[in-house]
Amino acid sequence: MKYEMVAGFETHVELATNTKIFCSCTTQFGGEPNTHCCPVCIGLPGTLPKLNKKVVEYAIKAGLATNCEIAEISKMDRKNYCYPDLPKAYQISQFDMPLCEHGYVELSNGRKIRLTRIHIEEDAGKLVHSRGNTLVDYNRGGVPLIEIVSEPDIRTIDEAREYVEKLQLIMRYIGVSDCKMQEGSMRCDVNISVRPVGSETLGTRTEIKNMNSINFIAKAMEYEFNRQVDLIESGEKVVQETLRYDDVTNTTSSMRGKEDANDYRYFRDPDLVTINVPRERVEEIKATLPELPAAKLKRYVEELGLPEADAQLLTKYRRIAEYYEEAIQGTKNPKTAANFIIGQIFRHVENEAEKEAFNINVSAENLNALIKLIDSGKIRMNLAKSTLDKMLETGKKPSELLSESDMAGLDENTLNDLCRQAVKSNPNAVNDYKNGKEKAIKSLVGFVMKNSRGKADALTAESKIKELIK
Amino acid sequence: MSESKIAKLHEMLVSKEISCKELTKQYIDAIEKDNEALNAYVTATPETALETAGKVDEKIAKGENIGLLEGIPMTLKDNISTDGIKTTCCSKILEDYVPIYDATVWNILKNQNAVLLGKTNMDEFAMGSSCETSYFGGAKNPHNVNHVAGGSSGGVASAVGGNLAVYGLGSDTGGSIRQPASFCGIVGLKPTYGAVSRYGLIAYASSFDQIGPITTSVEDTAIVFDAVSQYDEKDSTSQGRKGEPVTATLKNDIKGMKIGIAREYLDGVRDDVKEAIDKAAAVYQSLGAEIVYFDLPALKYALPVYYILACAEASSNLGRYDGIRYGYKADSYFDVNDMIKKTRSNGFGDEVKKRILLGTYVLSSGYYDAYYKKAQNLRGTIVNAFQNAFNVCDVILAPTVPMTAFENGHAVSDPIETYLTDICTVPVNIAGLPGVSVPCGYNSKGMPIGMQLIGNTFGEAKILNAAWQYENAADIFKPTDFGVQL
Repeated sequence: MKYEMVAGFETHVELATNTKIFCSCTTQFGGEPNTHCCPVCIGLPGTLPKLNKKVVEYAIKAGLATNCEIAEISKMDRKNYCYPDLPKAYQISQFDMPLCEHGYVELSNGRKIRLTRIHIEEDAGKLVHSRGNTLVDYNRGGVPLIEIVSEPDIRTIDEAREYVEKLQLIMRYIGVSDCKMQEGSMRCDVNISVRPVGSETLGTRTEIKNMNSINFIAKAMEYEFNRQVDLIESGEKVVQETLRYDDVTNTTSSMRGKEDANDYRYFRDPDLVTINVPRERVEEIKATLPELPAAKLKRYVEELGLPEADAQLLTKYRRIAEYYEEAIQGTKNPKTAANFIIGQIFRHVENEAEKEAFNINVSAENLNALIKLIDSGKIRMNLAKSTLDKMLETGKKPSELLSESDMAGLDENTLNDLCRQAVKSNPNAVNDYKNGKEKAIKSLVGFVMKNSRGKADALTAESKIKELIK
Repeated sequence: MSESKIAKLHEMLVSKEISCKELTKQYIDAIEKDNEALNAYVTATPETALETAGKVDEKIAKGENIGLLEGIPMTLKDNISTDGIKTTCCSKILEDYVPIYDATVWNILKNQNAVLLGKTNMDEFAMGSSCETSYFGGAKNPHNVNHVAGGSSGGVASAVGGNLAVYGLGSDTGGSIRQPASFCGIVGLKPTYGAVSRYGLIAYASSFDQIGPITTSVEDTAIVFDAVSQYDEKDSTSQGRKGEPVTATLKNDIKGMKIGIAREYLDGVRDDVKEAIDKAAAVYQSLGAEIVYFDLPALKYALPVYYILACAEASSNLGRYDGIRYGYKADSYFDVNDMIKKTRSNGFGDEVKKRILLGTYVLSSGYYDAYYKKAQNLRGTIVNAFQNAFNVCDVILAPTVPMTAFENGHAVSDPIETYLTDICTVPVNIAGLPGVSVPCGYNSKGMPIGMQLIGNTFGEAKILNAAWQYENAADIFKPTDFGVQL
């Protein structure tokens, strides 16, 4: 029998606000343990939370960017459980009235992964185990999170990968999170079950907790899929349980079973007032959203005529897309700038972080100037390429790197003279060509290029030389 | 009659009849002498009190103006956080806990050079009606030390009634300001929910808790309320006082004011208390007010609603006492879970454990709908019933407690009967309304009887106006022999 995977995601994304969700402590990653704390975020007796408005705004942005409906009225609830990294013994979260509901993320195969909800909540601290002791660092406690819950709509590992990447891309684009999985600012829980292909009923699911790399997610899902199929094929049953994934052994192991599930005793947090989201506010926030990556991609392909692969590379990071759009302002061929960026410039930004930051020597304005020199016929492509290399080295403007004669272009007479000179001073090459060695023409063209300092158009030069020696 | 002690002392300080240090010293000495009998204070702070008094004396010496509350010796219930001063909630689990920040109310008063004499006794985590669940033993009634001061703010009431402080701030979740004020024959105001910041008040039940004054006169209550009823951005549920200071309208005429009496408030009330309420109604009539009788059947839900919701919130609020960051920690344990278990088992008293268990139960899946949710709905019903009542009257007159102060040990021996005595005070907390308890008589044994005036939300000015007129006309207040005799 063939089986298919049924998976849903719960994705925690740390919001990039400057301050925590209920106090004014910094959200900065790192820092000496327990230095980004105050009486409120360590839950000292008598302290009260005060909801950071920016958190609500960011969550609404995330909701709008993933096609969610935004609630008019929302509230905060307490999720009660006891753990040393949770200083109040409850997490302030949202239970039955989340800020955002009923959204979706569309995959490249056209399938829509439905989002059940997006809600806001506070992060917990961190346990640090050292020399047989367990210490608690509350720096992360109270950092704002959104939890994005999907329906069990994912069917393959490729879809899972793309879903997580898409979420990452969208959140980074709208500026609500850096989604750095290795720093824990994006973490995924995956609910997974299997069923015979064609079946409509859901199998018993397991939940793999807290994974912070797309590769681990893929490996864990693959392992868990096979494990569940094996169980069913050998006549056993999948047990509903919570699992942890071990990336060293590439296996999952049980954290707790269904019967040990926590009873969180949710109830409305009486310390916080109702969150009212007037429709005008939603419209205001909507107006601040940038063009989203999916729309950008479509526009690059359909309006700018870029190949889809190029469009994908350019839209994967918001700063690169913005850079590209500035570079093509008022230029004739959008493909030229795309080629420069994907070719020469990308060699200078090799990893993800560098692409994300996109700090390069050449400003979009300078690249734009270079392309305009090509457009106006003042310089040829090969000169432009070597100039771009120099720009990448020095950060200088094209006008500082090119002389007046470089940019003066090449008139017809000079070109004709150079072609005649090429024929005259290379009799061997001329003979070779005449004797059928087609390639010999290249060295004659090379002569023209060299002596015109790259300004000649190679194709025109070639046809002129052929004419001369015919 | 009961006049404003604060105004009188202010006058004495300004006219240099007494220095602030001398005045403070008198209170410190009185605490030294009488606290053994009353057990009102659990922490005395004579050094900081004298230091503040010194500052006030300097200002007076330089001819600077001083505020009404400046230099007045006072106290705080021991669940109001004080930076650098122990705040124990009278629980073993916080026995040595010293906050690193000030509650907003204390911050306000500290900035006005209020002279803090110390922190006063209370039922553990404010759970109780006799002050006897305190880890440090209960505070005693200054009218008769064989009786309790009441609870949970028993220490404040005992200190103020026993002249060991001019005024104090207590907290009221289900009657914890009004009931001990009634038992001790003094005045106590539970403000509208949101009128006074809760920031720094160690939570019992967050949607019920309110800080308010306990004083020997209505005017002093008005003065202190005006001072502390400020909007606080640290408390999302805070709104501050609405309208002008309540002292501005305190002595207004009350002719034509409609004073409502709900029959249900008098059910099961002892005869001596009922009689005192009837007499109070007659006083109001003589002052030109109109007495209106009406029904408030929703009142029968008040006790279960209160105990379900307050315990639910408490079970969550008290989860943080795990021995990890502050407070008491079990001596020996084999892992972190064992440590938390032993810390909580040894650190909390029985009444607190009982309410945590009850609250955990009513929030548990499978029971939530039957208890918590139903109680929330009934809370709405009670709120609406009061709104309707205020269509027919301006203020509601009711007993504060159906009886006078219990004898020592009685509340602990009969906890259910003790819960039932909260019947007259809890509805106000459920509905978030203001309520003030004012002395209105004494029983045959000389124990004080209190009456309660309940107002609509943010109607403190109206109930204090009615309270002052009654106090002025009836002249009930009797000072006790303890403490500083001015």
